[in-house]
Amino acid sequence: MTQALLEVSDLSVSFDLGGGRRSTAVDRVSFRLDRGETLALVGESGSGKSVTALSVLQLLPYPVAAHAPGGSIRFAGEELLGAPEQRLRAVRGNRIAMIFQEPMTSLNPLHTIERQIGEALVIHKHLSPGDARARIVDLLRLVGMGAQAEKRLDAYPHQLSGGQRQRVMIAMALANEPDLLIADEPTTAVDVTIQAQLLELLRDLQARLGMAMLFITHDLGVVRKIAGRVAVMNQGRIVETGPVGEVFARPAHDYTRHLLAAEPKGRPPARPADAPVVLEAQDMRVWFPIKAGVLRRTVSHIKAVDGVDIVLRAGQTLGVVGESGSGKTTLGFAVLRLESSRGRIVFDGREIQDLRGKALRPLRREMQIVFQDPFGSLSPRLSVGEIVAEGLRIHGIGADAAARDGLVIEALREVRLDPETRHRYPHEFSGGQRQRIAIARALVLKPKFVVLDEPTSALDMSVQAQIVDLLRDLQTRHGLAYMFISHDLKVVRALADEVLVLKDGRVVERGPSAAIFEAPREPYTRALMAAAFDLATVERGAVRS
Amino acid sequence: MSLAARLTPLNRRRLENFRRNRRGWWSLWIFLALFGVSLFAEVIANDRPLLVRYEDSFYVPVLRAYPETTFGGDFETEADYRDPFVREAIAAKGWLLWPAIPFGHASVNKDLGVPFPAPPSATHLLGTDDQGRDVVARLIYGFRISVLFGLTLTLVSSVVGVIVGALQGYFGGWVDLSVQRFLEIWGGMPVLYLLIILSAFIQPSFWWLLGLLLLFSWMALVDVVRAEFLRARNFDYVRAARALGAGDIAIMFRHVLPNAMVATLSMMPFILSGSMVQLSSLDFLGFGLPPGSPSLGEMITQGKNNLQAPWLGISAFAAIAVMLSLLVFVGEAVRDAFDPRKTFR
Repeated sequence: MTQALLEVSDLSVSFDLGGGRRSTAVDRVSFRLDRGETLALVGESGSGKSVTALSVLQLLPYPVAAHAPGGSIRFAGEELLGAPEQRLRAVRGNRIAMIFQEPMTSLNPLHTIERQIGEALVIHKHLSPGDARARIVDLLRLVGMGAQAEKRLDAYPHQLSGGQRQRVMIAMALANEPDLLIADEPTTAVDVTIQAQLLELLRDLQARLGMAMLFITHDLGVVRKIAGRVAVMNQGRIVETGPVGEVFARPAHDYTRHLLAAEPKGRPPARPADAPVVLEAQDMRVWFPIKAGVLRRTVSHIKAVDGVDIVLRAGQTLGVVGESGSGKTTLGFAVLRLESSRGRIVFDGREIQDLRGKALRPLRREMQIVFQDPFGSLSPRLSVGEIVAEGLRIHGIGADAAARDGLVIEALREVRLDPETRHRYPHEFSGGQRQRIAIARALVLKPKFVVLDEPTSALDMSVQAQIVDLLRDLQTRHGLAYMFISHDLKVVRALADEVLVLKDGRVVERGPSAAIFEAPREPYTRALMAAAFDLATVERGAVRS
Repeated sequence: MSLAARLTPLNRRRLENFRRNRRGWWSLWIFLALFGVSLFAEVIANDRPLLVRYEDSFYVPVLRAYPETTFGGDFETEADYRDPFVREAIAAKGWLLWPAIPFGHASVNKDLGVPFPAPPSATHLLGTDDQGRDVVARLIYGFRISVLFGLTLTLVSSVVGVIVGALQGYFGGWVDLSVQRFLEIWGGMPVLYLLIILSAFIQPSFWWLLGLLLLFSWMALVDVVRAEFLRARNFDYVRAARALGAGDIAIMFRHVLPNAMVATLSMMPFILSGSMVQLSSLDFLGFGLPPGSPSLGEMITQGKNNLQAPWLGISAFAAIAVMLSLLVFVGEAVRDAFDPRKTFR
């Protein structure tokens, strides 16, 4: 057997929690990676996959983190575990490079692109500034920044889009032609369309440069697309390893089967087309003024939402899809009157566009919203019970504290949380549980209409499926009308009766869900679908890059 | 339910961190003990006895005024218990129980037989000031009035500052802009000159001074609270509250403020010490509390004017230094306790 490029055996990582307690994040993990091979490390959040990757480069916060004796990380025959800092520095960014999940925070906001990429070249290759510049342009071309490569050298990270930033990160990683690239969820923070482009780029680069790749993700679709072999992690252990095709076709471990079964499935049941209309909006416009000059006169507008019509019937779901920046969320806020807009909004037979202050308040009870980020949408200072009861308090529902408590318990049961959780605080819960709390907060008011603003995109795949099932169940039981905003078409297909495709604030395509998914007419819709279902890119120009 | 059980885990961690800063933790207790003791200054240092036994009945001169005739004297006015005649009259038919320091902050000891300021002696542990008043008694009363003044000023100016900052940050736009400009103009006023001029028109009392200083001290917290509110008003949980139909006031004080209190709380001990310094310096310049009131600043002036009597200056200096150091230590501990990045290992 030839020597593996990376061989990890019996690696354990534990963290000091203070007060003499330790928690084990990674428990005797072993895997190997050959030259030119891609290994995907799959698992849900908290399974220890990122910690494993960071241990390879010894980037954990020592001495809070510690490795148990007996483990080893051998890179091209050299032991990295416990190697002197000087040796590690020679390896980091040179022979092993890493790209991170969040491209905004992993680039230094005060450095130009040239300086960011040049740094690795200067440190490891000792290039002169002129040579480095030429190499940087090459690298930017390589990662598909195309003709603008030279112009982009002096740009700062905030001037680039999320996808471009991630490309710059990749260029930085490739600067020294590493033997191993560690990619830690590099596509989680970007749109599906950008994700497809980045995956294609990574696959292409790997084939061209012959490097090995350790790819960390929670998305099985991505694994299928990019990896040769897969290692499934659960609670700090690798439970199953093997070639992707084999593992996915014949999963040996229960947890793998659970993961595979977890993708959002199912379709909404057929619903009568003549259900009463709950919400109707005509010619919705949200324009943000651009002001210039000494007098701050409005010179032009950013048209976030530009002439959109909506009809939503009781008990049905309208899916609103599009890339980020297409105006989906703004549209959701506008129909809830959380964002000032122009256009006619009729809710439950009443014109609500001109209602102000107190007149609007009773309506708030009937229309609710669930946000994308379950960590930001719950006030950290209020207990779960207080958060859910807040709406009851505001609207004076429930005769006394005991009656309200009863309603809170009922709502928590309905989202399948233990009612005892109402005495605890949000930070004690996982993302999926927090999202359930947010749903309970909306439901306790018994609304008719709920805006769901990407309620699943911050969650793990298996949790996504549970939330989708829960939402569908609640809809059937209470006849709720949903406006479901998402860029993830898999989830939309599982829930929506009708779909609205937005691009730059305008509707490009609309129609019954089945029709749109079976036969999309517009190239933009086709690109979104290819990205979401096959992780593939289509012809240039349809979506942004 | 006990206090510890009602605290959120986050606050429990903060309390834990606060306790780990031994210096701050002990400073807090020492400060509270000193303040607690000084609240009962009347029973510690007073020129009236705590208890009088006269002709088989008890009298409590600390709490009630009795005319001299009660004790067989000639005058209808209140008995002067320092008068040897009254003392002897009572001692003949009963007894007197004196506080630990038998002098009030204003009582003049005329029986000393040495020129004022009198040096430390058995009767006056730290001597007397230039009018023959006991220094220890004046320190105790002076400490109490400083702390009470500082606390009131801190509380009132924090409340005003938080409200203004909250309105500014929450509403933003024109509200923010105009208040911000007003603050710049108001903050540019020469506070000291204004106070000097104003004190020429009015005889400053405790409450007048408080009001005058409040005119300017409320600005300390505005910027911090404003920044927190500006940040928080776009958070999803604030949007969620708005979607629930919560009114502006409810959102500001129920949802945003608790999350913005960290900065406020960690600045408070420093504002408190600042207020006390302000009062002392006004007293030092003679524009502070009315003449005769016990005041640490006024004692420093006396120390400056009577360099031959170092016990005056040194006592006042030590009292102020201890008081401010304790508060700064407490402030540091509070700041550490609220610092999420601080770990004690």
